[in-house]
Amino acid sequence: MSPDLLKLIFGRLGIESLPLHEPIVVGTFVMVALGGATLLAGLTYFRLWGYLWREWFTTVDHKRIGIMYMILGIVMLLRGFADALMMRGQQMLAFGGSEGYLNAHHYDQVFTAHGVIMIFFVAMPLVTGLMNYVVPLQIGARDVSFPFLNNFSFWMTVGGAVLVMASLFIGEFARTGWLAYPPLSNIGYSPDVGVDYYIWALQVAGVGTTLSGINLICTIVKLRCPGMTMMKMPVFTWTSLCTNILIVASFPVLTVVLALLSLDRYVGTNFFTNDFGGSPMMYVNLIWIWGHPEVYILVLPAFGIFSEVTSTFSGKRLFGYTSMVYATVVITILSYLVWLHHFFTMGSGASVNSFFGITTMIISIPTGAKMFNWLFTMYRGRIRYELPMMWTIAFMLTFVLGGMTGVLLAVPPADFVLHNSLFLIAHFHNVIIGGVVFGAFAGINYWFPKAFGFKLDVFWGKLSFWFWVVGFYLAFMPLYVLGLMGVTRRLRVFDDPSLQIWFVIAAIGAFLVFLGILSMLMQFAVSFLKREQLKDVTGDPWDARTLEWATSSPPPDYNFAFTPVVHDNDAWWDMKRRGYQRPLTGFKPIHMPSSTGTGIILAGFATAMGFGLIWYIWWLAAASFIAMLVVGIGHTFNYHRDFDIPADDVIRTEDARTKLLAGAK
Amino acid sequence: MNTDTHAAGAHDHHHDDGHAHSTFSGYMLGFVLSVVLTAIPFWLVMSGTLPSKQITALVIMAFAIVQIVVHMIYFLHMSPKSENGWTMMALIFTIVMVVIALSGSLWVMNHLNSNMMPMHEMTGMK
Repeated sequence: MSPDLLKLIFGRLGIESLPLHEPIVVGTFVMVALGGATLLAGLTYFRLWGYLWREWFTTVDHKRIGIMYMILGIVMLLRGFADALMMRGQQMLAFGGSEGYLNAHHYDQVFTAHGVIMIFFVAMPLVTGLMNYVVPLQIGARDVSFPFLNNFSFWMTVGGAVLVMASLFIGEFARTGWLAYPPLSNIGYSPDVGVDYYIWALQVAGVGTTLSGINLICTIVKLRCPGMTMMKMPVFTWTSLCTNILIVASFPVLTVVLALLSLDRYVGTNFFTNDFGGSPMMYVNLIWIWGHPEVYILVLPAFGIFSEVTSTFSGKRLFGYTSMVYATVVITILSYLVWLHHFFTMGSGASVNSFFGITTMIISIPTGAKMFNWLFTMYRGRIRYELPMMWTIAFMLTFVLGGMTGVLLAVPPADFVLHNSLFLIAHFHNVIIGGVVFGAFAGINYWFPKAFGFKLDVFWGKLSFWFWVVGFYLAFMPLYVLGLMGVTRRLRVFDDPSLQIWFVIAAIGAFLVFLGILSMLMQFAVSFLKREQLKDVTGDPWDARTLEWATSSPPPDYNFAFTPVVHDNDAWWDMKRRGYQRPLTGFKPIHMPSSTGTGIILAGFATAMGFGLIWYIWWLAAASFIAMLVVGIGHTFNYHRDFDIPADDVIRTEDARTKLLAGAK
Repeated sequence: MNTDTHAAGAHDHHHDDGHAHSTFSGYMLGFVLSVVLTAIPFWLVMSGTLPSKQITALVIMAFAIVQIVVHMIYFLHMSPKSENGWTMMALIFTIVMVVIALSGSLWVMNHLNSNMMPMHEMTGMK
């Protein structure tokens, strides 16, 4: 075939795009291909495709979508952590003239992919998954406001993740660092597909994130059960509300800034170029207007989880509920006023730097208030050190440390010394792992029995906990030391042999975290095998306080047979104290939304369009875009959007629960 | 919808409070206002009545802001009371965010421009 025809069909995708010259990537590919083939064969052999399609892929049930988000987050955690191990290994080895085992080309992709994956495809899905699962239950709703949109949002997030994963084996990923600053990310310095993978993965996933933000705001504002005024909402719902407001207000900025970057790359505009009036500094400014709220998007729900966990396992009402809510709201606003602290050294004057330094320091006040609220909740409480509570204590210790180094970095003169160093790396891992990841694990351990009807195994949970916590400190405390000594981030080889010992310690820490992740997977497997022993039939295994524990575990499709009525902040605790009796009669049919495959199909086309744009396969991009329009418009003619669960089914489900509860007593 | 149950997606126990139901005359008034508010800036530019371009630009911006308000009131039916005050709150929040992002960016970029660009002019510009 002629080269022109090949170019028309395949764009710039050719056999040379496959990284056959990289033995590490080829090895990984073989492993993934074998594992994937086994998985697909297994699914086919056990005839699970129909089940998965009907019950999971096309579901609009917020609980199942939440669980799928969690699975996505955990799967991507494995990929992102593999990158982390590779970096730690490289930096441990590359001393005394050794080049390590990763070449620069590959190493730069590894650190970029690590950052992108961990933020967008691990932390975000874990946080969104927990919000999706828990919020409707906590407010006594049957589902989210727009159930189909929820399914679509999830699959768009998956689409972004698929593009990032594809970059591993088809072509390459960006070599620019996780925010792809121009001019490096512009076409002149990054002519290959890496940055395009970055752009389109984030754009596709960003649609999902924004829509899911709108959906959850609407759910919280509109679907609260009778009696649940704003100031009676559980704190996790409050933090979710603020997080989703932040998502809706900040993600459009990311979308726009990436769109401008793609215009620079695709049609030769000069928004962020060095010449012709472009300003790369504008990119940095804009992307941090999104980027700083983003870290609060991640950590606010974690704060909510810790509030629920602390109050439940201390057996007390949360101390200072009102101050907790106002602290959350204040953080929401303030998180918009600090973005410049990410580029103090770019050349703003003293007035700008001091303004943003001071606003940054001010954020520590509401955060500190939260910390004291948790401490006072524990004070004179009857604390049960179950797994969620252990993660919470580890968070409190770790996060305070990370917060203090954050306040240190907020001082502009100190930042001039420490910026771009490993001190910064240690700081943000300290708050993101100590805050978001520990929060997600506390949430997983806390709500797992709600989602599946059995608790998680304590032995493997504790093992995972200690590996993680000890591993975290071993991995990141050396980076503080190295950063103070002036070692900058993203280095591939080192000259000074005296630094090596710190990198060895950090690598040992990373390995312990690896054992922690393995233990967590083991915990899931063991808990599944021991599910009869770990079973909880009450629906309230922790003697908890909020509404999600009022229904069965796992909750029925319709969540609550009757919409609850709330009189107190700790609604379920209040119901238990007043001797609440489950209604046993009078069930009526329940109106519910129907499953639809449109979400996954639309997201599939969006992903294909992204792939076409990345590789300049214009026909694929155009065809996928048109297909999206057709499917989207076609969906408006779908009139089978809802159905009624017959009263008999409700009665059967509720009677089964009555029997279970009677058996438990 | 089944009246006894609160289904997701069709959950509307707030349905009747605070919606400003619009009328034909309301839409017409909004339409006429927005046409007028569009026509005047065109006329200002095409006739060049005002003495300087800067003043013209500022006046047009003022008209644009009024235009936004007209759209919000007559087409989006926003009022301080609609949706239990949520639209008003969302509006205020949006304005605060936009003002922070725009004024902050202008301030920051102005600093960066004056501090960093001379170097740029020496090396980068042709």
